[in-house]
Amino acid sequence: MISRRDFLQAAVAASAIWGADGVGRWSRLAAQQALSQDKLLEFDTLGNVTLIHITDSHGQLVPDWFREPETNLGVGADKGLPPHVTGADFLKLYNLKPGSPEAYALTYLDFDALAKGYGKMGGFDRIATVVKAIRAARPEALLLDGGDTWHGSYTVLKTQGQDMVNAMGALKPDAMTSHWEFTLGIDRVKEIVKGLGFPFLGANIFDATWDEPAYDPYKIFERGGVQIAVIGQAFPYLPVANPKGMFPDLSFGIREDRIAQMVQEVRGKGADLVVLLSHNGFDVDRKLAGRVAGIDVILTGHTHDALPEPVMVGKTMLIASGSNGKFITRLDLDVQGKEIKAFRHKLIPIFSDVIAPDAEMAKLVAAQRAPYEKEMAEVIGHTGGLLYRRGNFNGTWDDLICNAMIEEREADIALSPGFRWGPSVIAGQPITREDLYNATAMTYPNCYRSEMTGAQLKAILEDVADNLFNPDPYYQQGGDMVRVGGMGYAIDVTKKQGERLSNMTLLKTGAPVDPAKTYVVAGWASVNQGTEGPPIWEVVESWLKRKGTVTIEPNHSVAVTAG
Amino acid sequence: MRLSRREVLAVGAGGVALAVLAPRAEASAVDDVVNQFTGGASVGTGGVTLTAPEIAENGNTVPITVDAPGATAILVIAPNNPTPAVCTFNFGPMAGSQKAATRIRLAQTQEVSAIAKMADGSFKKAAMTIKVTVGGCGG
Repeated sequence: MISRRDFLQAAVAASAIWGADGVGRWSRLAAQQALSQDKLLEFDTLGNVTLIHITDSHGQLVPDWFREPETNLGVGADKGLPPHVTGADFLKLYNLKPGSPEAYALTYLDFDALAKGYGKMGGFDRIATVVKAIRAARPEALLLDGGDTWHGSYTVLKTQGQDMVNAMGALKPDAMTSHWEFTLGIDRVKEIVKGLGFPFLGANIFDATWDEPAYDPYKIFERGGVQIAVIGQAFPYLPVANPKGMFPDLSFGIREDRIAQMVQEVRGKGADLVVLLSHNGFDVDRKLAGRVAGIDVILTGHTHDALPEPVMVGKTMLIASGSNGKFITRLDLDVQGKEIKAFRHKLIPIFSDVIAPDAEMAKLVAAQRAPYEKEMAEVIGHTGGLLYRRGNFNGTWDDLICNAMIEEREADIALSPGFRWGPSVIAGQPITREDLYNATAMTYPNCYRSEMTGAQLKAILEDVADNLFNPDPYYQQGGDMVRVGGMGYAIDVTKKQGERLSNMTLLKTGAPVDPAKTYVVAGWASVNQGTEGPPIWEVVESWLKRKGTVTIEPNHSVAVTAG
Repeated sequence: MRLSRREVLAVGAGGVALAVLAPRAEASAVDDVVNQFTGGASVGTGGVTLTAPEIAENGNTVPITVDAPGATAILVIAPNNPTPAVCTFNFGPMAGSQKAATRIRLAQTQEVSAIAKMADGSFKKAAMTIKVTVGGCGG
């Protein structure tokens, strides 16, 4: 019998190195090499600076499965550009082979089958191994965390983020920025930041009353004789996309002028290299890079994109390092005379069966999980098919959640938020309580049951659609499209707000949704304060326990026109 | 004019007080407001900066800043508010700068504009869309 490790050794190498001195696409240089830890970490150290980027780990301390999106539409100037390229088009763009480790890591294609062969990805013990290896080659490397770290799992919820603070803290990052961190509540954030030991940066976080900076905007590091300024940019739309009552005195926003001002300020202080550690989302950063001069590198976050090569906007390099612990980026730079003369980049896929766990971190992670292992491991149901969330429209995880809400809350229609986080569960696997919390754990989980007219539903869906498909990325505000159960609709993403949705249909009767008629709607994660109802995980667990095995049928109730 | 922050906030409160519920303004009402300010003169661009969030964190109190070096007055208009004329800042000859910040209420997503009357009697305009959204779905 072939072990997983043998199988992986036999497969094609997962990654390659691409830089100013490299010639090919991601896979070309390392073709025909075996998949091994040495090959995954192989990197010819370049220049005088190394940046290590991790972002959007969403509380995933241990290896997980995370299926990349099938549908990720770009609009306006971003149409058809990475990261809005998926599946076979992605493979073609980056010259990757179907079924290869990189195809598994970076696309949704054959995910269920490949997941069984290639195994889970990520895990802080494996990440620690990689970070240590990079630091062995370049002791002065900067480790930068793009945020969405203290969020997204059973243990995060139970420890109010302490598990992630401990694990990430052990990696000794040099700085971080934030988004979901603030949904722990401002008091908890203040408490953590006080003892963090490294800067919690946010040039765009202001006191809401006085419009004065609330957190350090940047930090300048001297590494390898280079003055490196790291400017932090938190998620700009926290008070819109998340409940602002959880951080009532803070204001965010893109604040492009402020970023430009900070770039000037750090250049004035002698910075040789300017790095924006951003949680803006990729398209916002792409626009920003074209409008604010003087940023050398933007370490992007929020939109969970994993790109095997940097995207260049003029002289600015945009890096996208994925999510859920699946990848970290190593970027080596040769900085001379305040300019990047050469670079070498590698998106390192964290294949958990290939990269050996770091013993120290494995112990630390086990200690965070130990008090909760028993309750997390409890099997609450089984899934016949793959459960995944990521994508612009409904995924099977949210279809499951919507089905549970409709039955448990006796609703006509269910709404589940279009979060980008939430690992996958492979077909035929048990669903544990931990799996359910990985898809739902957050601090405003109440599952409401209310009445809405067809007109109100249309207005809400149009609003959310504009927050995703507004052609100007500065006006995009949140996650993917809200997932809908019990109702079908057609959407033309190229239209204006108010005109995108049509053919709203109540699935149980096949009748058109009547603007004047009232429907019972269940949903969760409302940003309105005082939302009442049981936590969503209780609703879903109770439903799963009744059902036993669940198989989510393919969902054809959303018809998408992308122009 | 040198306003302290407290005074600016007071002006802002005044601006909000103006925005009482009333039927949506007609396009002609907006034209009337502009014409009253400009006397029908043509309005150019450049020389005036309007700074505001792209998406309002709270439509009831949206921070805006207008800045028009050399202006004698700046009119702020929210065309889709029940009362489109939000406020006018007047700057005397001794004013250290022609910049003012306030908070305004927006009934819905709209293109807010600032028209500056310059010392030479010409008019300049800046505008930007400020989105008011129901929010949700934080990614």
